[in-house]
Amino acid sequence: MKVYFDNAASTKIDSQVLEAMMPYLTNKYGNASSLHSWGQEASQAISKARKKIASLINASPKEIIFTGSPTEAVNLAIVGSVMPQMGQKNKCLTTSIEHHAGLDPFDHLAPHSFKTNTIPVDNKGVVDLSFLKKNINNKIALVNIMYVNNEVGTIQPIAEIAKLIAGQAIFHTDAAAAKYCDLNVKTLKVDLMTLAPHKFYGPKGIGILYVKRGTKLKAIIKGGKHEFGLRPGTENVAYIVGAAKALELLQKDKQKEIARLKKLQNSLVKGVLSKVKGSRLTGHPKKRCPDVASFLIKGVEGEAILLRLDAKNIASSSGSACTAGDLMPSHVLRAMGYKPEEAHGSLRLSLGKYNSQKEVNYFLNVFPKIVNDLRRMAPKL
Amino acid sequence: MGEIKRPDAYAQVGNPVCGDVIKIYLRIEEKDNKKKAEKYIKDIKFQTLGCAAAIATSSVTTKLAKGKSLAEARKISKTDVAQFLGGLPKVKLHCSMLAVEALSEALDNYEKKHKQG
Repeated sequence: MKVYFDNAASTKIDSQVLEAMMPYLTNKYGNASSLHSWGQEASQAISKARKKIASLINASPKEIIFTGSPTEAVNLAIVGSVMPQMGQKNKCLTTSIEHHAGLDPFDHLAPHSFKTNTIPVDNKGVVDLSFLKKNINNKIALVNIMYVNNEVGTIQPIAEIAKLIAGQAIFHTDAAAAKYCDLNVKTLKVDLMTLAPHKFYGPKGIGILYVKRGTKLKAIIKGGKHEFGLRPGTENVAYIVGAAKALELLQKDKQKEIARLKKLQNSLVKGVLSKVKGSRLTGHPKKRCPDVASFLIKGVEGEAILLRLDAKNIASSSGSACTAGDLMPSHVLRAMGYKPEEAHGSLRLSLGKYNSQKEVNYFLNVFPKIVNDLRRMAPKL
Repeated sequence: MGEIKRPDAYAQVGNPVCGDVIKIYLRIEEKDNKKKAEKYIKDIKFQTLGCAAAIATSSVTTKLAKGKSLAEARKISKTDVAQFLGGLPKVKLHCSMLAVEALSEALDNYEKKHKQG
């Protein structure tokens, strides 16, 4: 059995998505900007995809921008929305638990005198709303808060936050990990929202940015007029078509799938907590997405667990320092108040539509022994 | 892998904050070597809390050191350990350093206890 419990990292492309993409990877190869019929065919496919995505999130087609990756969409949202405000505003707010895509782009803004403050979170990963209330004013150019944290699964109260901001600043939310949440932009009341197709059974290498009409955005890449002047570059027709199909499939029967995943998640969490002594679930116990379950396992190190699980054909992920390129433990866990030595024992399991109870049972059979073996190997501290 | 009860020497390096802790235990005996009695590592065991590289490098260090004289054991370098494993990714080289450090400290501790004269 091969068990893929790392859907938060990336997902398998749905066969229907692949089918929708194929013509644009084979005989429908025109450049959408060309005036001949090859080009027009491509252009229409993009138009159709844009319209479909817009309707699925309650936006209008002109509010949908395609980028080369979700990270690029976040960059466009942050840098693109703040730069036009140079001279009028000088501050930004983001959170201490953003994905690197939602933190690093602020480095581009610092040389232009924009100071960025981070909103702290509690030990469950929920943003401090009173801090936000205290710090929001009309000197803030942008508030950037991710909808669902990808490491621990905690859901932020986006609509409530939008109400607090009350139009004083532009509000962007990175919804890459929020595939099983409500994506209705009118309900969320955001100005900008990033979607990541490769997290919902679509292709990698494409990002979707919702830009509310009236939001002033400046392109960060120059070289053409594509995507309403916001993102030049010959359009990746196949991936745009694939992204639209993936979103369509995601939104179809969503509540049913959420219920199914909740059941699996429950079974997984109950199983780990009861079978493995010294294990803890991180993130909010209730306000969490149905697909992510992250644990802290005492007395073992994350990468060692990962590789042992991989040897049993189970894919997972960890926030331990050893798995990070920079050898630092997860900044998310640290921001939530966990000590480095606790963060080293972290394990993230993320479910998806292709996972089953059978797989959860197999995992629960295998995991406790792996933990015991690794614990036996460790010195008594 | 494991513990040596009443070891002749041991050392623990690293700390849970950075993520790796390696403990090395030594059993040292004398071997009659035609000309003179030579001290050698009769048994060596490791206990590790850490990533796969930390576990692998401490295991290899014990493999390389077992049966060697104290002088030979001192010569074991992190490059020897990395080579035995067929190389290590750059970010993991520090793990091999930690394992060799543990061995070296254990040998130091032994020598301190058995200072001559």
